[in-house]
Amino acid sequence: MSRARLLFLQALVAVVAIAIWHIGTSVPLFGVKLLPPFFFSTPYDVAARVVKWFVEGSIWKHLWITLIEAMLAFVIGSLGGVTIGFWFARKPLVAAVFDPYVKMINALPRVVLAPIFALWLGLGIWSKVALGVTLVFFIVFFNVYQGIKEVSPTILSNARMLGMNERQLMRHVYWPSALSWMFSSLHTSVGFAVVGAVVGEYLGSAAGLGYVIQQAEGVFDVAGVFAGMFVLAAFVIVIDTLVTAVEKRLLVWRPLAAETRT
Amino acid sequence: MDEESARGAAVARAPAAAVSLRATTVAFRLADGATYTAVEDASLAVADGEFVAIVGPTGCGKSTLLNVAAGLLAPCAGGVAIFGEPLPGLNRAAGYLFQAEALFPWKTAIENVAIGLEIDGAPPAKARARAAEWLTRVGLAGFGERYPHMLSGGQRKRVGLAQVLIRDPKILLMDEPFGPLDAQTRQIMGNLLLDLWSADRKAVLFVTHDLEEAIALSDRVVIMSAGPAARIIGDWKVDIGRPRDIAEVKLERAFRELHRDIWQKLKDEVLKGYAQTGGG
Repeated sequence: MSRARLLFLQALVAVVAIAIWHIGTSVPLFGVKLLPPFFFSTPYDVAARVVKWFVEGSIWKHLWITLIEAMLAFVIGSLGGVTIGFWFARKPLVAAVFDPYVKMINALPRVVLAPIFALWLGLGIWSKVALGVTLVFFIVFFNVYQGIKEVSPTILSNARMLGMNERQLMRHVYWPSALSWMFSSLHTSVGFAVVGAVVGEYLGSAAGLGYVIQQAEGVFDVAGVFAGMFVLAAFVIVIDTLVTAVEKRLLVWRPLAAETRT
Repeated sequence: MDEESARGAAVARAPAAAVSLRATTVAFRLADGATYTAVEDASLAVADGEFVAIVGPTGCGKSTLLNVAAGLLAPCAGGVAIFGEPLPGLNRAAGYLFQAEALFPWKTAIENVAIGLEIDGAPPAKARARAAEWLTRVGLAGFGERYPHMLSGGQRKRVGLAQVLIRDPKILLMDEPFGPLDAQTRQIMGNLLLDLWSADRKAVLFVTHDLEEAIALSDRVVIMSAGPAARIIGDWKVDIGRPRDIAEVKLERAFRELHRDIWQKLKDEVLKGYAQTGGG
């Protein structure tokens, strides 16, 4: 399928969805609107709100706060995940001892930690960063751990026969393998960093996209809620595009799914 | 001086074999607690500069024997000596070409070859220059910047060969290195191997299930019985002159006669091997 055709079809989906939304909220059927504007707002109101935010410039501050929180959560969570992942993978005893606790903490819905973090770290950015870290850490940790465990035994034997010592094995075999696993989960971990930030803001903060949505909801301003959601969605798409570009650059050695390995 | 001590002195003076396996037995403990004896009482010596091929039916423990010589696997009984010295751990004198993919997928071809020198502390620029020379020698000039997945199976084997040979090992261990390749590529790779080997004769232990390939390449062909508890059951000298061409040597009378002799012995073992593995 050509690129133009694909773009056209993708745009068509948006047009149809907005048209249904518009008709549902503005054209009464037997005297009843299928989508009451009080609960669903209207496409026009939402668009007007988004434009207003950007024209007035009030949204930039919130976007910036959310971005900072997500980035800090991603960096800190990744560093922690890589360090602990390496440590566990190289020391099976440590991994065995901590295994039930890691599973326990990972099984915990992270939202319940938000009040604790707010209590410990206040309503500023750090309670949101902490929430994001607990999400990002486990994704990176499990991937790094897996990446080190799943190094092909042949490649490992080859490295040893070529004379690599433990430090060189680390640098030339384990590290690249762990990184490749970590990068392949980059989309998920970046996504979770944003989720942590927004959920944290929603549950108690003074700035950020989550705060914007929560404030609008508090006064039954549905247009504000929808506008906040659209800005958030656009924000995530921009970040995802950046991640894809970074991934392409870093994983240049990996075969694409379409290429055969013969 | 009596005859006995004279013989002793002669043995001491004779050059030690590059690889010498003495009454080697290898057993594995299986998951259900039973022991599986892969190789039993195998003795084999490879002289310096000699090309020896080990042939046997599928699953007979050929690779096991090779791993013992490499020091990747410790035998349960018997001993391994490398140039007369008992092998304490990994065999540092040996280069190993694996059957499965063994290149580092995150390194380009030239980096894969250069790593062999960088490990020993060679300056990166020098290692790279030598790696480029080796890539040219294996016929891959201009492919240095490709990652393994961008190369064909035969090209990856060439990189693997260069990766091992750049370290100039005294012993070359090869585990069905050309197994996954198609017939034509195998011939080309066989000739390349003979070219490289004749330029600098190393002791080679070459494992294969292909008898023709074994005779065409080697000085000696060793036959193993079907596993479990595989033994060495035959040892033939290949009296065919060098240099050889893999394709042409197969037409020679000496080749055909030797092939017939060895195959008579090998056939029964192959059938036994099939019976045990269910024809797989």
